[in-house]
Amino acid sequence: MNKILLIIEREYMSRVKKKSFIVLTILVPLLFIGMFAFIGYLAVKGDELGDEKRVQVIDETGSFTGKLQNTSSITYVYTQDRFADARNTFRDKGYNFLLHIPPASSPAPVELLSDKKPSATTIEAIESGLSHIAEAERLRAAGIDTAVLAKAQKRIDIKAKQITEAGEKDAQTYTAYAVGFLSAFLIYMCLFIYGTQVMRGVIEEKVSRIVEVIISSVRPFQLMLGKIIGVGLVGLTQFVLWIVISVVLSMAGGTFLAGNAKHRMEQTMPAKAKEQMQQVQQVQSPDNSMAQIMESIESIPVVYTLSCFLFYFLFGYLLYSAIFAAVGSAVDNETETQQFMLPITLPIIFTFALAQSFIINNPDSSLSVWLSMIPFTSPIAMMIRIPFGVPAWQLALSMLLLVLGFVGTTWVASRIYRVGILMYGKKASYKELAKWFMYRD
Amino acid sequence: MISIRNIVKQYAGYRALSDVSLEVETGTVFGLLGPNGAGKTSLIRIINQITAPDSGEVYFNGERLGRHHVERIGYMPEERGLYKKMEIGEQILYLAQLKGLSRSEAIRRTKYWFEKLEIQAWWNKKIEELSKGMQQKAQFVATVLHEPDLLILDEPFSGFDPVNAEIIKNEILELNRKGATIIFSTHRMESVEELCDSIALLNKSHKLLDGKVRQIKDSFRNGTYTLEYEGARVNAGADAPFDVVSEETPDSRHRLTLQMKPGTAPNDALRYMLPLAAITHFEEKVPTMNEIFISTVNKMSGHE
Repeated sequence: MNKILLIIEREYMSRVKKKSFIVLTILVPLLFIGMFAFIGYLAVKGDELGDEKRVQVIDETGSFTGKLQNTSSITYVYTQDRFADARNTFRDKGYNFLLHIPPASSPAPVELLSDKKPSATTIEAIESGLSHIAEAERLRAAGIDTAVLAKAQKRIDIKAKQITEAGEKDAQTYTAYAVGFLSAFLIYMCLFIYGTQVMRGVIEEKVSRIVEVIISSVRPFQLMLGKIIGVGLVGLTQFVLWIVISVVLSMAGGTFLAGNAKHRMEQTMPAKAKEQMQQVQQVQSPDNSMAQIMESIESIPVVYTLSCFLFYFLFGYLLYSAIFAAVGSAVDNETETQQFMLPITLPIIFTFALAQSFIINNPDSSLSVWLSMIPFTSPIAMMIRIPFGVPAWQLALSMLLLVLGFVGTTWVASRIYRVGILMYGKKASYKELAKWFMYRD
Repeated sequence: MISIRNIVKQYAGYRALSDVSLEVETGTVFGLLGPNGAGKTSLIRIINQITAPDSGEVYFNGERLGRHHVERIGYMPEERGLYKKMEIGEQILYLAQLKGLSRSEAIRRTKYWFEKLEIQAWWNKKIEELSKGMQQKAQFVATVLHEPDLLILDEPFSGFDPVNAEIIKNEILELNRKGATIIFSTHRMESVEELCDSIALLNKSHKLLDGKVRQIKDSFRNGTYTLEYEGARVNAGADAPFDVVSEETPDSRHRLTLQMKPGTAPNDALRYMLPLAAITHFEEKVPTMNEIFISTVNKMSGHE
């Protein structure tokens, strides 16, 4: 027991002291926050970042003149020039586009001329602007009051409620989406990152030939377990540091950014089309949405979700890293691991792919339930399902199966490992691994 | 010290050890000799409890070999190495602690050995920054730091340069004088025969022979002598008490290899030669371990 602790200590310290660990620990939260900040920035200021497009408009119907709303990226300028002249001169006058609206009596279509291909968003923006005006025009011609219409068109938001024993509660489907996806993604990443670290560690010991010295002091199983636990603790340490750094950084930067974003939204508001503005206000005011987000976050049972996450992270990692260790023991260098990697990584990738597309949309389908039971897929599949609510018996069964799966896998892996680490220069096949498994202790 | 009884080890494709029994006495230097693939490393791994025999038992000082004996054995495998990225001092402390030493005791002893082998300045260096000779010294320190009663060295001098090999050899012999039992394993039989008190010869998973080096050599004596003399060539006639096996004149000296005739003693050869030549050298030609090995293998295959 004492010796396992020694091994864990060495595996842990030798990794935590590495420069790459320190750099990664600090860099990842910065990158994450930077990424989110950038996305947020684009969402708020995206229009302004695009280059401004100037559109010269020839309106021969007369009903659009002065009605197309300028946006932050499109500016309309109306002209009385004849189309045939304007089509030659608009570029020289500094316009990117020439919009020609023929008279209502003409069969000719509305045309947008430019020397470069216009982007889809530009076309859409102009199209919807025209349509809105045409629609309002036609409605008014038919004698319908647009104010009445605006009321009638009020957008409806569904408030999803879940009926539970305690009464109704907000279903918070979007929060469940986010929490499920994020935790499944983290587990998916960690299985790879730390599993590979275990494998590299085993190969390093084998290649440097220190392994025989060590297993003359401790059992191969102790060495393997010590390494797996040591690397796992490194992973947990990194997690905790990531969370702490992220929270500190986002608390510091968040207040600053939030204030800025609100300010900016208010600034851009008046420039937007009237209807758009109404819509935005109908959906929710910025303050309102902030409150809703807070409410969503508070709706997550934090302790329950976090403990489930830790459990599935831990045992998923233990299960897979045992296999990674066995693979490491069977090869002489990292390039040889290819043939064994596919069968290991396939279930992880497969589950993760299904998780994003299928499980998250059908968390209670029988396929999702099965995937959340099988030990090789349950760490990812179950974490997707948990935010949507999982019956206690399913959770208990899944956890039990995962623990059993871990014990079984570790047993098989350690039997391959103890032989593999002493085999040099022998290219291992699956048949060979089966033989190693059968060797007596 | 070690008693090996009827060990059998079978691998999937071949048999590594067939019914091998050995006794290694306390305080001796024991040589485990044989060509590559004879089963030496398999046997050593069994003594180190790295692998287990299919049948047979190993006793350590009369007790059935168990996990707690690990701390009384020091093992330097043929394939040896250390963590490349780890500092040499920390590394030796780690290995010593795995053998059951306390950290403080390990530090004290490591300092002693580092000074003795003159590598104390390299305590904080990583293994990859050290020369091959340094690494080998560090490896040796890691093997002996816990003062094992039994030291098992697989191909101990392979990879050592002559200077370091000599240093390490002397350290090993000193440990032996202080009471440690040593087991050498090597396929280069001539490299250890002068160090060993007893040996065992292994070939193709079988033990060919074992015993005290002196006794084995005596039993393989066949009355062959080497004689060198200066001066004119002597033509040994039929009246000589020996037959000349070979004769050569590498420089001004003549060298004869003699086979004594039955019923004669070496002194008869000297008595015969003395009046005829100036003798500079006379020596019994004792068979080397290599020759003993080859003649034993031949004898065995002759019987089959």
